[in-house]
Amino acid sequence: MIKSAILIALVRGLRSIGHQSIKGVWRFGAGMRLFWLTLISSGESFRRFHLTIREIYFTGVMSLIIILVSAFFVGMVLGLQGYHTLQRYGSSEAIGVLVALALVRELGPVVTALLFAGRAGTAITAEIGLMKATEQLSAMEMMAVSPISRVIAPRFWAGVIAMPILAILFSMVGILGGYLLAVPVIGVDAGAFWSQMQANVDWRHDILNGVIKSFVFGVACTMIALFEGYDAPPTAEGVSRATTRTVVTSSLAVLGLDFILTSFMLNV
Amino acid sequence: MNPNIVEIDNLSFGYKGRMLHQGINMVFPRGKVVAIMGGSGSGKTTLLRLIGGQIKPSKGEVRVDGQVVHKQSREGVYKLRRKMGMLFQHGALFTDLSVFENVAFPMREHTDLPESMIRDLVLMKLNAVGLRGAYKMMPTELSGGMARRVAVARAIALDPSIIMYDEPFAGLDPISMGVVCDLIRTLNDALGATSIIVTHDVEETFRFADYIYFVADGVVAAEGTPEDLRNSDLPFVHQFVFGEKDGPVAFHYAADDYGRTMLGTDT
Repeated sequence: MIKSAILIALVRGLRSIGHQSIKGVWRFGAGMRLFWLTLISSGESFRRFHLTIREIYFTGVMSLIIILVSAFFVGMVLGLQGYHTLQRYGSSEAIGVLVALALVRELGPVVTALLFAGRAGTAITAEIGLMKATEQLSAMEMMAVSPISRVIAPRFWAGVIAMPILAILFSMVGILGGYLLAVPVIGVDAGAFWSQMQANVDWRHDILNGVIKSFVFGVACTMIALFEGYDAPPTAEGVSRATTRTVVTSSLAVLGLDFILTSFMLNV
Repeated sequence: MNPNIVEIDNLSFGYKGRMLHQGINMVFPRGKVVAIMGGSGSGKTTLLRLIGGQIKPSKGEVRVDGQVVHKQSREGVYKLRRKMGMLFQHGALFTDLSVFENVAFPMREHTDLPESMIRDLVLMKLNAVGLRGAYKMMPTELSGGMARRVAVARAIALDPSIIMYDEPFAGLDPISMGVVCDLIRTLNDALGATSIIVTHDVEETFRFADYIYFVADGVVAAEGTPEDLRNSDLPFVHQFVFGEKDGPVAFHYAADDYGRTMLGTDT
C-alpha cells in the first residue's frame, strides 16, 4: 500500500518535471520566434523613427530617476567599502580605480539591467498584456496593421538603445558618488583619484566590454518583457503573472548572461 | 459583379477537440445589414474572426469579394482587411492615443494624406457619430456609449465596403443603444457598405436588420427577414425571440442527478 503510494507520487513528480520541461522549451521557442519576427519587422521602427523615440522616452527617460539615484548610492557604498579595504594596505589612492572598474565592468551594466527589468520591463509587459486583453492588438490586426511592427518592434529597439545609455549614465553617476564620498568626505587626494582611474581603466577592455554587456542585457530584458506581455493570457490574473515572470526571468537571464559574457571577455 | 460581398460556404471550425461550427452556409449581399444571432458561446464572434482571416477554418471556406480568405498570403489578407472595418465589443480604442488620433490611426498607417486632410476627414467621421466635440478627449474620459461611437468612427475611417460589429449594444443604456442602432443603419446606407452584426439583442436588431441568421449548435438554425423570424414556429427561434426561460435551449447546464450532487456522490 505504502509502496504503491510512493510509486504514484514518484510518477507524478516525474510527469510534472517532464511537463514543466516541455513547457519551458515551448516558451523558449515561442520567444525566439517572436524575436525573429521582431527583427524582420523592424523596418517601420527606423523608417518612422518617432515611434521608437516615443518609446525611448517611456522606457529610458522615465527610468532615469531610479537609475541615477541608485547609481549615486552604489558609487558611495563602493567608495566606503573600497576605502575600508584599501587603507589596510596603504593604497587608499587606488579607490578611484576600484570604483570605476567595478562600475564600468560589472555593476553599471548589471544593476542597470536589473532596475530596467523592474521599472521599464514590467511596464512594457503590463501594457502589451492589457492591450491584448482589451483587444487593441486584434483591432490593429483587423486594420491591416501588424502589431509586431507597430507595437513590439519600436519598444524592442527603444529598450536596446536605452539600456547602454542608461548603463553609461549609471557608471558616470556612480563614479561621481564615489568621488564625493572619497575626496571631500574621506579626504583622498583628488588628483590621485582621477589620475589612477585614467591610467588603469582601459577603453576597450573595460568601457567597451561594459557597453557590449549592457547591449546584450538590453536585448534580453526588452525581449523577455515583450514576449511575456504578448503571450499573457488576456485576464487580470494572466497579466499579473506575466509581469512577475518578466522580473524573475529577466533577472536570472541578466545574471546568467553576465557570467557567460565575463568568461569570454576575460578569456577564461 | 457578385451580388454577395461575403460568402460562407460549408464552413466548419473547431479547436481543442470541440467543433464550434459544422457546415455553416451564409451569404451577405452588398448594401444590406445582416445580423448573426445566437446564444452566448454559439461561435458568433468566431465567425467574424473567420471572415477577417484572424483564424482559419477546419473545413469549407469564407470568400470576401470572391477571394478565399484562408488561402491568401499575409499580404493578401491585409489587402482584404483594408476593405473591412470592425467594431469590437468594448471598442478596443488605443488607450494611449486621443480620440482624434484613434480615428486618424488607419489613415496614418495606410495613406500618405497631408495632415490638413487627415484633420478634416477625422473631424468629419467624428461628426458623423456625433462626437466632433470630443476629439481632444482620451478614451478613459469617454462613457461606454461614446467609446463605442468613436470606435465606429475609426472603423469607417477608410470608407470600408464591409463593416463588422461585434456585440455593438452590449452594456449600453437605452439612449446609447438607440443612437448606435440608428448609426449602423445610417452609415451603412450613406457609405453603400455591407454591415455584419453579431448580437443577441432581439428588439434592436429586428428594428433595422435586413436579414438575420440564427446560429445554434454549430449550424444555422434559422434564417430570414425579421418579419419571417418573428412569425416563425421553430421552437428555438420562438424561445430566443420571446426570451423564454426553457425550451430547446435548456435552462440547466448538463449535470448529474441533483440529489447525488448535493450529497457529494456525483461522478
